[in-house]
Amino acid sequence: MSTQPLLKINDLHVEVAGIEVVKGVSLELNRGEVHAIMGPNGSGKSSLANAIAGHPSYTITSGEVFVDGEDILEMDPTERSLAGIFLAFQYPMAVPGVTVTGFMRSAVKAHVKGDEQILRRFRKDLKAKFELLEMDPSFSTRYVNDGFSGGEKKRFEILQMAMLNPKVAILDETDSGLDIDALKVVSKGINKVQSEENTFLLVTHYQRILNYVKPDFVHVMMDGRIKQSGGPELAHKLEELGYDWLKSEVQAEA
Amino acid sequence: MPQVKEKNQAIESLADDYRSKYGFHDPEEYFHKTPRRGVSHEVVEMISQMKNEPDWMRAFRHKALDTFFSKPMPKWGNSKVLGEIDFDNIFYYIKPTEFQGKTWEEVPDKIKNTFDRLGVPEAERKFLAGVSAQYESEVVYHSIHKELTDQGVIFLDMDSGLREYPEIVKKYFATIIPAADNKFSALNSAVWSGGSFIYIPPGVDVKIPLQAYFRINAQNMGQFERTLIIADKGSRVHYIEGCTAPMYSSDSLHSAVVELIGLEDSYIRYTTIQNWSNNVYNLVTKRATAHKNATVEWVDGNIGSKLTMKYPCINLVGEGAKGEILSVAFANTGQHQDAGAKVIHVAPNTSSRITSKSVSRAGGRASYRGLVKTYPSAKNCKINVECDALLMDGASRSDTYPTMEIDSDNVRVEHEASVSKVAEEQIFYLTSRGLSEDEARLLIINGFINPFVKELPMEYAIELNRLIELEMEGSVG
Repeated sequence: MSTQPLLKINDLHVEVAGIEVVKGVSLELNRGEVHAIMGPNGSGKSSLANAIAGHPSYTITSGEVFVDGEDILEMDPTERSLAGIFLAFQYPMAVPGVTVTGFMRSAVKAHVKGDEQILRRFRKDLKAKFELLEMDPSFSTRYVNDGFSGGEKKRFEILQMAMLNPKVAILDETDSGLDIDALKVVSKGINKVQSEENTFLLVTHYQRILNYVKPDFVHVMMDGRIKQSGGPELAHKLEELGYDWLKSEVQAEA
Repeated sequence: MPQVKEKNQAIESLADDYRSKYGFHDPEEYFHKTPRRGVSHEVVEMISQMKNEPDWMRAFRHKALDTFFSKPMPKWGNSKVLGEIDFDNIFYYIKPTEFQGKTWEEVPDKIKNTFDRLGVPEAERKFLAGVSAQYESEVVYHSIHKELTDQGVIFLDMDSGLREYPEIVKKYFATIIPAADNKFSALNSAVWSGGSFIYIPPGVDVKIPLQAYFRINAQNMGQFERTLIIADKGSRVHYIEGCTAPMYSSDSLHSAVVELIGLEDSYIRYTTIQNWSNNVYNLVTKRATAHKNATVEWVDGNIGSKLTMKYPCINLVGEGAKGEILSVAFANTGQHQDAGAKVIHVAPNTSSRITSKSVSRAGGRASYRGLVKTYPSAKNCKINVECDALLMDGASRSDTYPTMEIDSDNVRVEHEASVSKVAEEQIFYLTSRGLSEDEARLLIINGFINPFVKELPMEYAIELNRLIELEMEGSVG
């Protein structure tokens, strides 16, 4: 097995509408590792997530991103997905008239590249994932995110991730807006997918989800930069002290 | 300039797709073709004489031609493109074969092959109760299940209908759409040929659809079919029409008149899947009258053509009558779909529903033009109008012209209109799951028109999805 990191970010700079929002971020995520990026609103953590997945509004001005040794920055979002990146959206888009099953089949079909066996057991797989995420089977005929509650949308994001089995899963505030029961279900889904073959980047504002999905590393992002990195204990410290103690350090530096 | 080049390539490849699947044409070898282009009393006389028509019809045609000459072009819709129609350059009557076939073997090979390529005989074998195939001005093939004729169902081409059932035709012909209704109904009334004549006797339920297929083959052809459907008390019928034409660099004109009469407690559904090549002007008048407790539904799919102006109408004249108009328009490069719906509530306790969906892409333009009117006599009616437009890019256009004239009491009106742009965000969402941009766009469109597609028989739903896929091929990101 290759020993290079599954996701390697090297001095990444990102702009939105001409304003720099990520100002030089470097990270290495190895197989089997769960990383959490925490930070206050507007710190650039969601921008980092979207830029890696190839959102057209986020322009990468410099830096490098490799997935399993492969440079992905020249790739369009489709190719990035096929290379193994998955972004669970903070605000998933509704696609009226397109059923969950039809959409999932198209996505799985794109990923298996003609592997008939996987396609043949598609329905069975989908049913198993509905059970995992404790979603009613009637979701299969509903339209993608159309009229879904906030919690249903987030479960469906994790369901998609479970179906596509990515190498690099980036979860953008999947925990926001979830009540405690939904949070537990979503976390169960994440833990089920998490393995020695993939890596997770959890973008979150709160420490709460980290009680259910245990991170190996925690990074704190502020003002477009990784301000501090550490183990799980860093999350607890943030929970206790808030972001203010780091903020004051940022200001002191400036 | 690379963008312009890409766009041109995209247009060319679109044309290529249509050309190979529908845009081919046969050599023009006909039994009879009007010797000259253009329309005149001489041409009208010739058509009427060839058809050996009764005097009243001949007089009707001549009078209609005068009306056509005297009426100005409509000032709405797309008057610029309308103004480009060269009426003098069109052939108004072509009779492709001497006789109409009752079996496909009786149809000349070339024409039969055309309908084979379009899948008509196959559809007939699989799921139709009767088929009419019109080529240029005349119906060249016609069939109907024996069980239906045994029950008294009449399904003929309009010319045969006039010959065999003159009293029914005289009673209803042009009663819903008078010749003078508009310039194009006048033209149709003057030079009409072909189309369907259908009569369903009281209480008969035609469970499987009847279909007519309209094919233009010749260059600069004018096709003017005339359809009249009468559903007698308590009867039910579903009629489907499909249309295609070859690709030519010069224009053709399709100007039909369709009249539906739903008598007490009857049900008529009229489904159209129009797929004209983009050199066809499609200017069609469609109107229905629904009597007491009758239901009339127009399901109208408009793809292709240069300019379509078509507003299926329902007059709700009997108490408790229901009308529904469900339409989809797809406007591609160089096309204007000016489509809509009209419902006139005359009787009390009547209800109507209009659902209009349009998709514009690559510079195409779609307009919804609608009228809902209630007369003071139409108390307690229910009206629901929903128009949704989807814009695929910044170069395309969508307009909505809804008109409501409510002159009665106790009317419940619901009206919703939306224009949505396919957001980058939505495309990004789908592509981030591994779909290509083209797949993502197609999925969004198919989802958008799904409420329409759901109403089609399965075979047509598949066909429509395939047509849209063809329209989307070669799209640039």
